Amino acid sequence: MDPTRSFQGLLLTLQRFWAERGCVVLQPYDMEVGAGTSHPGTMLRSLGPKPWRAAYVQPSRRPKDGRYGENPNRLQHYYQFQVILKPNPPNLQELYLQSLAAIGIDMALHDIRFVEDDWENPTLGAWGLGWECWCDGMEVSQFTYFQQVAGIECAPVSGELTYGLERLACYLQNVESIMELNFNGLEGDEKVTYRDVFLQAEQEYSRYNFEYADTDALFRRFAAAEAECRALLQKGEAGERHLMVQPAYDQCLKAGHTFNLLDARGVISVTERQSYILRVRELAKACGAAWLKTAGGGAN
Amino acid sequence: MPDLLLELFSEEIPARMQRKAAEDLKKLVTDALVERGLVYEGARAFATPRRLALHIAGLPVRGRDVREERKGPRVGAPDAAVQGFLKAAGLSSIDQATIVSDPKKGDSYVAIIEKPGQETAAAIAEIVPAVIRSFPWPKSMRWGKASAAGASLRWVRPLHSILCTFGAAETEDPEVVPFEVDGIVSGNVTHGHRFHEPGPITVKRLEDYVASLEKAKVVLDADRRKEIILTDARNLAFAQGLDFVEDEGLLEEVAGLVEWPVVLMGSFEERFLDIPGEAIRATIRANQKCFVLRDPATGNIANRFILVSNLAASDGGVAITAGNGRVVRARLSDAAYFWQTDRGALPDLDTFKDSAEKLGLDLAKPLDQRMAKLDKLGVVFHAKLGTQGERVQRIAALARELAPIVGADPEKAERAARLAKADLPTEMVGEFPELQGLMGRKYAELQGEDASVAAAVEEHYKPLGPSDRVPNDPVSVAVALADKLDTLVGFWAIDEKPTGSKDPYALRRAALGICRICDENNLNRLQLEQILTPLFDKWPNVDAPIAAFDLIDFILERLKVMLRDRGIAHDVVDAVARQGIRREAMMPGMANVRVISIIVRTADALGRFLDTEDGKNLLAGYKRAANILKVEEKKDGEGAFAEAPDLHLIAEAGLIEEKALAVALAQATPKAQASVAAEDYEGAMAALAEIRPAVDAFFDNRPHRLLRRGQRWKPSPGGRGQGEG
Repeated sequence: MDPTRSFQGLLLTLQRFWAERGCVVLQPYDMEVGAGTSHPGTMLRSLGPKPWRAAYVQPSRRPKDGRYGENPNRLQHYYQFQVILKPNPPNLQELYLQSLAAIGIDMALHDIRFVEDDWENPTLGAWGLGWECWCDGMEVSQFTYFQQVAGIECAPVSGELTYGLERLACYLQNVESIMELNFNGLEGDEKVTYRDVFLQAEQEYSRYNFEYADTDALFRRFAAAEAECRALLQKGEAGERHLMVQPAYDQCLKAGHTFNLLDARGVISVTERQSYILRVRELAKACGAAWLKTAGGGAN
Repeated sequence: MPDLLLELFSEEIPARMQRKAAEDLKKLVTDALVERGLVYEGARAFATPRRLALHIAGLPVRGRDVREERKGPRVGAPDAAVQGFLKAAGLSSIDQATIVSDPKKGDSYVAIIEKPGQETAAAIAEIVPAVIRSFPWPKSMRWGKASAAGASLRWVRPLHSILCTFGAAETEDPEVVPFEVDGIVSGNVTHGHRFHEPGPITVKRLEDYVASLEKAKVVLDADRRKEIILTDARNLAFAQGLDFVEDEGLLEEVAGLVEWPVVLMGSFEERFLDIPGEAIRATIRANQKCFVLRDPATGNIANRFILVSNLAASDGGVAITAGNGRVVRARLSDAAYFWQTDRGALPDLDTFKDSAEKLGLDLAKPLDQRMAKLDKLGVVFHAKLGTQGERVQRIAALARELAPIVGADPEKAERAARLAKADLPTEMVGEFPELQGLMGRKYAELQGEDASVAAAVEEHYKPLGPSDRVPNDPVSVAVALADKLDTLVGFWAIDEKPTGSKDPYALRRAALGICRICDENNLNRLQLEQILTPLFDKWPNVDAPIAAFDLIDFILERLKVMLRDRGIAHDVVDAVARQGIRREAMMPGMANVRVISIIVRTADALGRFLDTEDGKNLLAGYKRAANILKVEEKKDGEGAFAEAPDLHLIAEAGLIEEKALAVALAQATPKAQASVAAEDYEGAMAALAEIRPAVDAFFDNRPHRLLRRGQRWKPSPGGRGQGEG
C-alpha cells in the first residue's frame, strides 16, 4: 500500500512504522471523542510510572467544525493518528522524521520545521510543550511532551505525536480537497474516494449538530453522565485501590462530547461555557487520580 | 588571555524566546565570573532555533592570588602561644614565619599566607551547571526517563549536548571544561543543520566554531540571518517590480525559525485580491509566517508572497514553494469565505428581533445583524460590567451626549457607536482579532453607512498607544471618547483599578487616549467632572463625586506622563491642574482647569514662561511673598491675609514700592483675567510678567514690616532671615 496513493495506505504505513518500533497498535476507542488524546490509551496510560508505547487511529468528532461537507478542509469527523511513548525516548524527533520519510516525504526536497506550540486541553486538565510540525508551511502533526494530564504531573513525561491524516494525505496525493482523496488506492471504476465514504455523513451530521440535536435531551444527558461518573468513582473506591476507573472515564468522555454538541447548537453562553469545561475537567481529574490507584496506574 | 566558548544544544527553542535567552545566558555567566573576581574583555551571545551560544573573550587563566598577613605572638613568647599561632596560620615550623620589628613593641612573628586564585576553568565548571539548572525560561519542561524523578533538569525543550571549551586563543588548543548536568557531559562537539549536516563537528574556539557551523549550513548570528532574509527578500521583490512590505516583528520571528535562511517567492490567484489587503496580510502573516508584497504603482497588495525556508532544497525550492502556495491558497479560501459570509444575511434573523429593537438596529443590513447577534448571544464584556450589548447601549448614549461638545452630529455619533462593536461576531474578526474595527469599517462602508460613521467604527479604538494616530473626525472623537470613558467609569465603579504593573484592561492606555484626543483636537468644552459624575451616579453603591474625583486624578496622572515626555515638568502640570481644582471654589472662572486641552495649553504656557527670565523672577517673588505670608499667618491666624489688599490703607500709609506694586497688580489682574477668559494663556503670562519690576522693587527695598489692615504699621519680628523665600 503506497502511502502517497491511498488514504488507507498512509494509515497502514504509519501503523507498521510504529509497530516496528515497539508500539502496541490499538484500535480506535469505541466512543465519541474530540481527539486521540482522549483515548484511555493516552489519557490514562500517560499517568503513573509504567512504561507504555502505543499507536492507533482515532476518529475525532468536532461537531462545531462541520460545514455540511462544503468546505474542502473542515470536517466534523476526521482521523488522527496518535503515538504515545512513555517515557519519551531521547531520539523522538529523529523517530518522527523517520516516520515522515516512511510515508514518502523527501527531506532533501521539503522544508520540515518545528514551530512552537504549547498544547493545552482544558477539558482534560492536560498541557505540554512542543511544536506544530510543518512541512512546506503546512501543519502536519502536533508534537508534545506531556507535562500534566488530568491535573497530575507526568512522571515520567510522555511524548505524544498526533498526525492530521487527511491533511497529510492531501499533501502526499497532491489534491486540494479532502473529499478528493483516493481512499483505497485503486483507479477507474474501483477507485473509492473520501467523498464516497464520508460526504453524506458530513452532511447528515452537520444537520444534526447544528440544527436538530435535541438540546433538552443533551442537557439531561450531560447531567446524567456527570452524575454517573461521580457515582462510579465513589463506588469503585476500595481503600488504597480503585476498581472502576475506566467505566467512570467513559462517562467523563460522554459528558465531554455532549458538551461539544451543546456548544455546536449555540445554546451555551460564553460564561456558561467556562463552567461546563470546568465540570468536565473535574471529572477527568478525579478519573486520573483514581487511575493512579490501579495496576495500570502503577499501584502495587 | 584565554576565551570561553559555550554552546547549549537542544531541540527547537521557540523563536520569541531566543534573543532574550541568549542575553540571559551572557548576563548570568558573566555576572557569576565577575563575582569571583574574574573580569573579562568582552562577551557575546548567540541563538539559533537549536542552540544558545556564548563567547567570553579575555578571561584570566585563574583568579588573582590572595595574600594575607596574620599577626602572631612576640618573639620569645611561651611555647603554647607559638604552637597556637602555627596551627591557626597553617605553618609547620616557626621558621616559616617572618619576624617584624616594632620600635615600641619589639619583635613579633607574622605569618604570610598566600592563597592562589581559583583556576578559571574550575570556576566555569561550577558556574555553568548552576546557570543551566536555574535558567529563567518563561516556560520550561521535563522530559525522558529522568522526568520520573521529582527534581529532574528543566529546559525550554529537551537539552541534548553542552559544548564548553576554554583556552588561549592562538597559542594552544583550548581544553574542554569538564562538568556534568543531569547526565549530559560537557564536550567539544556540536552538530550542524538538522537536514544538511547532522553529523558531529569537533570545535576548538569561536573562530572555527562559527566557520564550521557556516559550512554545516548554520548561521549562528540572528542579526545576520535577518540581514540575509531582508536583502534576499528585497532583491526577489525588486526583480518582480514589487515592494517588499517590511515587518520587523515577523522578520525577528522568522529568523528564529531557521538556521539556514533560504528566501523564496510564491504566488496565489489574482481572484483572492478581492479580499481586503489587511486581511490577506493577516492571513499570510499569522498562519504562514510569510511576508506580503505590494505593487508600487497602486500601493495594493500583490498576489505574491515571500517565504523563508530552512533548506537549500535539491530542486531549488520548487516543491517548497508549491507546498507553501497550496497552504496560502487554502488559507485565503477561508478568508474569502469569511469575507463573503460576513456580507451576507445571518440565518435565524427572527431570533434577533428583540435585540435589534433594543439597540435601534436595521436587520436588513448585515452589520446591524451582527450587532444584534452579539447582543442576543449575551457575550459578556466583564462579569460585573454586563454584556457587550449593554455596553454598546451605554456607549451610544454617551457618544450622543458628547457629540455637541466635540462638534459632531449626535445622530451619526450614536449610529457609529451602535455599529462600533458589530464586527466582533464576524467570521473575519473571529479568525483575526487584530482586524477588529478595520473590518467593521469595511462592512459599514459596504452597507452604505455615512463616511464619518464608517470611519468611526474603525477609529474609535484609537489611539492604541502613545505613538498611534489620534482620530480627528468629530464622530470618531465622540465614539472614541465614549468607549474609553465607559470603560474607565465601569472599572472604577467596580473598583478594579490598575495596580503597579498590573493593568489587564489597559486602563492607563484608555486614560492616555482620552488625554491625547482632547489635546490634539483642542476639545476646550469637555469638562471631565460634568461628564463623569452623572455616569457614576448610575452605579449603585458608588459615591459619584468621589469616584469622579479619583478617576480625574488618574487621568491627570496620565496627562502628566504625556506632558513629561514633551518636556513639561510634573509640578507645572500639578500647579495647573490640581492647584487649579482647589482654587476653583474661590475663582469661579477657573472651572476650565478640568478641561484637558486647557490644562495642556496652560501648562505649556506656564512651562515656557517659567523658563524665561521674567518667569524665574516672578516665581522667586511669589515664593518670597508666599513664605512671608505663611510666617505672618502663624501669628495672625489662617486666612488673615486672604482678602484683597486695602488700597486706601496703602494710599494713606504705604511706601512708594507698595503703592507701585498695588498699581501694577491693579493693572495686571484684569489683563490676565481677560486673557484667561479668552483662553490666551501666553497673554496671561505676559500680563503677569509685567508686574515683575514692581515685585522686585517691593522686595529689594522692603522695610522689615508688613502693613496690616486696621493698623498703621509695625516692625516685622520675623526679620529678614525668616521671612525671605
